[in-house]
Amino acid sequence: MSVHFKRLLVLSLLLFIAIIFGLIKGAVQIPLTNLLLKDSRVILNMRLLRILTAILAGCGLAVSGIALQAILINPLAEPYLLGTSSGAGLAAVIAVIIGVSRIYMPLAAFSGAVASIILVYNLAREGKRLSDKSLILSGVIVSIALSAVIVFLVSLFGNEAMHEISWWLWGNLQVYDYKLILLVSIPVISGIIAIYIFSQDLNAISMGEEEAIHLGIDTQNIKKILILITALITASLICICGIIGFVGLIVPHMMRLVVGPNHKVLIPATCLAASVFMVACDIIARTVFAPVEIPIGVITAVIGAPVFMVLLKKGKRV
Amino acid sequence: MGVLLKINNVSAGYYKEDVIKDISLDINDGDFMGLLGPNGSGKTTLLRLATRVLHPKKGEIRFKEKNIFGMDLKEFCRNVAFVSQEVSGDFSFSVMEIVLMGRIPHLKRLQFETKTDLKIAEDALSLTDSLHLKEKMLDELSAGERQRIIIARALAQEPILLFLDEPTSHLDIGHQIQILDLLKKLNRQNNLTVVTVLHDLNLASTYCNRIALLDNGTIFKEGNPEDVLTYQNIEAVYKTIVLVQENPVTGKPNVVLVPRDKLCRQN
Repeated sequence: MSVHFKRLLVLSLLLFIAIIFGLIKGAVQIPLTNLLLKDSRVILNMRLLRILTAILAGCGLAVSGIALQAILINPLAEPYLLGTSSGAGLAAVIAVIIGVSRIYMPLAAFSGAVASIILVYNLAREGKRLSDKSLILSGVIVSIALSAVIVFLVSLFGNEAMHEISWWLWGNLQVYDYKLILLVSIPVISGIIAIYIFSQDLNAISMGEEEAIHLGIDTQNIKKILILITALITASLICICGIIGFVGLIVPHMMRLVVGPNHKVLIPATCLAASVFMVACDIIARTVFAPVEIPIGVITAVIGAPVFMVLLKKGKRV
Repeated sequence: MGVLLKINNVSAGYYKEDVIKDISLDINDGDFMGLLGPNGSGKTTLLRLATRVLHPKKGEIRFKEKNIFGMDLKEFCRNVAFVSQEVSGDFSFSVMEIVLMGRIPHLKRLQFETKTDLKIAEDALSLTDSLHLKEKMLDELSAGERQRIIIARALAQEPILLFLDEPTSHLDIGHQIQILDLLKKLNRQNNLTVVTVLHDLNLASTYCNRIALLDNGTIFKEGNPEDVLTYQNIEAVYKTIVLVQENPVTGKPNVVLVPRDKLCRQN
């Protein structure tokens, strides 16, 4: 346990450093001492909110990824597996096309995400039972079908729509409504806590579903509860930052290599690591080609993939 | 000796086909029962029923008079544990983490393991002669060591009834005897009731006080080894001709396989 504690401490230190850098760096670089002056209060608040959004999104997506990887007993599971991303994307595309005001975009995306999860869930259900394989398959099929509709609509309605939409499809941490962030943080944070409460159940389920039943775990119910929680987390996050790929898939795997599979340690470690990862990616997204901002999903993919490969090659436990 | 688990006219199966056909069986307190039978005769399905993984289509199963499907799952798992044939799942857990999972039925959600739980897990490891493996990871162990860890996890549940599905099938004879000796010791000293599927008729004959011979989803014969393991019963169920002698050490039946070409020559 003390080894894990040290690793968590190192991760916290990294997060602290990342936050400091996140505050200093930006379209303009401002030294820390100047940031605290009254004149830069607005910039400080903006950057702080942006960092909080990054942390919220990182933790929410990565912990949802952990939960889905465990209950579906599938290492490729990720938060958008059950169709949230394409559902939200499609709803956003339709909203742009019919000219819905930007204020209602988050609501549209949220409803799209929820609708697609309901669709996937009902496709996969066999009576009262829920099978992992049909859940994954129907998630993939619904995603592919909805993505096709997105591309169809975008090609029909041209470029203006496309530009607006890339915001949703590749993620963005730009803060435009702090109240919305606060609102979204409620389901996300309580969802993460709820998943943590199920740590020991997740441990048992990762040894196999029947094994878990033999240890006194009602796997069918827990699956349903956790699918609901992860869906709520991802759908809420889509409202404030669009779709950010890779975090939910690779950060949990990275942390499994570092702290092992025990969810009691894995979940806090992953929260810290995902926060560091997202804050770092966001710094890159807004500074490298400043003033142009790169969608953060591009950065998470470009950085995440090689880092993960190195860890996979070096890691002892794969 | 009271009845611990009562299986009452149970039929069950997957999809439309019944794998278990109207079986009734009493498991008594203190039994060391062997479930025998050819492949596909329903042994594993019977265990899945008795451990609540599969619901019966007909009939009921009672543990100490209570219908098992009406019991709280955790309460049931504090009394009944199961050891599978082979360990599956994530092998990067440490041995201690695996054995501590056996404490889940005793813990409330949000409740972390206490010193007592750690002590019970360590005791279970010492019982299975594997305390020295405590810090290792599951994928560093041999098949025999892994099997002992999974038995230790089941013991950490502190059950009074233990089901095992061919616990020795992947092990060499040395490890087979080691596991069965351990189960016998727990059966005698800790009054643990043991029900195990076995493929090896002679191991069953040596260790079990009762044997249920299954055939095609029904119980063909049930009783002590001397009554069940006769060459007539074995031939009827396994469609194989064998010779049954007396084991000179234990006095129990000893089944000797006879190759077909030897049979022809005698005829």
